[in-house]
Amino acid sequence: MSATAAGRDIPGIYHKAGSLRSERRWAMWTAYVSLIIAAIIFLAPPFYMLVTSFKTNAEIADYSLNPWLIRSPTFEHYAAILSNPIFIRFFINSCIVTACVVVLTMVISVLAAFALARMRFWGSQVLATGVFLTYLVPDTLLFIPLYQIVGGLGLLNSVWGLVLVYPTLTVPFCTWIMIGYFASIPKELDEAALIDGANWMQMLLKIFVPVAMPGIIAATIFAFTVSWAAFVYPTAFVTTAEQMPLTIGVVSQLVRGDTFAWGQIMAGALMAALPPVIIYAFLMDYYIAGLTAGATKG
Amino acid sequence: MAADGSMAVSAPATAGNGRANSLQRFARRRSTIAFFMTLPLLVVIVGLVAYPAGYGIYLSTLNRRMTSFMEGDWLPTGLGNFEILFGSDTFWMVVWQSCIFAISAVLLKALIGFWLAHMLHHIPTKGQRKWRGMLLIPWVIPPALSTLGWWWMFDPSYSAINWVLNVFAVPAVPWLGEPWWARASVIIVNVWYGAPFFMIMYLAALKSVPDQLYEAAAIDGATGWQKLRYVTLPMMANIISITVLFSLIVTFANYDIVRVLTNGGPRDLTHVFASYAFQVGILSSNIPRGAAVSLFMFPILAVCAFFVLRGVTRRNKEQM
Repeated sequence: MSATAAGRDIPGIYHKAGSLRSERRWAMWTAYVSLIIAAIIFLAPPFYMLVTSFKTNAEIADYSLNPWLIRSPTFEHYAAILSNPIFIRFFINSCIVTACVVVLTMVISVLAAFALARMRFWGSQVLATGVFLTYLVPDTLLFIPLYQIVGGLGLLNSVWGLVLVYPTLTVPFCTWIMIGYFASIPKELDEAALIDGANWMQMLLKIFVPVAMPGIIAATIFAFTVSWAAFVYPTAFVTTAEQMPLTIGVVSQLVRGDTFAWGQIMAGALMAALPPVIIYAFLMDYYIAGLTAGATKG
Repeated sequence: MAADGSMAVSAPATAGNGRANSLQRFARRRSTIAFFMTLPLLVVIVGLVAYPAGYGIYLSTLNRRMTSFMEGDWLPTGLGNFEILFGSDTFWMVVWQSCIFAISAVLLKALIGFWLAHMLHHIPTKGQRKWRGMLLIPWVIPPALSTLGWWWMFDPSYSAINWVLNVFAVPAVPWLGEPWWARASVIIVNVWYGAPFFMIMYLAALKSVPDQLYEAAAIDGATGWQKLRYVTLPMMANIISITVLFSLIVTFANYDIVRVLTNGGPRDLTHVFASYAFQVGILSSNIPRGAAVSLFMFPILAVCAFFVLRGVTRRNKEQM
């Protein structure tokens, strides 16, 4: 953008129009070449997973051939994985855990963010800072004490134990970005609502939630992807196959024995990765807004 | 503003009721409502973060059977676990490996992300959406699952990467077999997963730099490098440092990539804090020592967070 401005103004004075234009063309070339190389490297692993999942076992085992191409595509691995009851069980577990966690997270964080953004009260500043600092605590720091606590409640090896601990991953960030979105709503709106006699709850539900809908969608997507992809907690807390969510289920149950069924593993991994990818494909702008909101609003 | 408003709400209510009892008035008070609204959040923060943190510190002082304090030679009570860890070569290897892993991975992610964000910013706006959508895919796939794909690409006998290298007449690489190659593989996968995040953050930051600044710099005769050094970087400093902080914490505490790719092998040489804590605490069921290992991350992360956040607040004050 600056280059175009400079290119328009300067040529009469410096006679550098030609060199500027060729410089710009060079910049464009470098840009496209870097992006193409990056895209090839970034997309190679998922592409290779896809290729492998469509190969027959004989073709996977034959290393004289180019591994990046398929000769005789087959759906046998997908058929096998979809008719495998334990895989369906993993899928259902993931859905239960994710749905519960998303609902819990959104209720907790929308209520708290509204109070923190609009109702100044004793300790609200400290609490807002506390929310941000909790977001910085990684899950692997506390999984051993949580293991003891969840075990003490008798929730090890159960999806409900996961529903209990996942909010530590989602709630701080969602609250944090909702505070940002609520704080950006003009104060005139609440005044108008108060003059019309609305109480706090009505103000939240009738004004703040609809106006901050993009933020709520972004936070929901965040909560969904995080609880779908969570790995440390289920690995630590769940060891019986029937209660495993997809991530650890695919990693621990499909990968066993000495000869790996690579085709099936890749098919399972791709199917497990599909829900977040679909959400991303359809709601990319909200997804990216949620990602960047954490740092730009902070 | 809001304080006036809330009085406006409660005033007609009390007037209408004549003499509302004090309980009702208490329930209508703004701070009471706010307290109940933040109560679930407090439960999560206190019950699932603060309490486990305190409990973890307590756990780390116990002995293996969790019956009594773990006594050490040079300290009266409780720090025996740390004493044993400090005396073990494996633990120092883990500290060393975690630092190499986190620092090199974050540095590479930051550089690649910065480069790609710049390239993306240069191309016409029409195409940016498509490229951005494509380049963010590694970040969208749950890392435990995409690492499975990498694991298969690193497979000793069928490695697809080695096949490509062979085409260019480069000898096959023992990806997960040799310690240094295994470390490099873990870093490669982590960079692959995290670079798109940096890219997207930097792109958002680049878009927020006003064009006038570049125009002014161009009129003053600034070269491309000078524009980057004196306009872009200062404007992006806060976002860069917060992104680096997030990524440093997440990378330092990373578990899933190491677990899927090497599981700590070969010969325990690729363990980082999280995977070693898991190994000691849960798989070998020495919970107190595992807690001690993972707690060891805390001071390191806290120091990083302190310096980064202090820099951010200072820059915010300067801007205001």
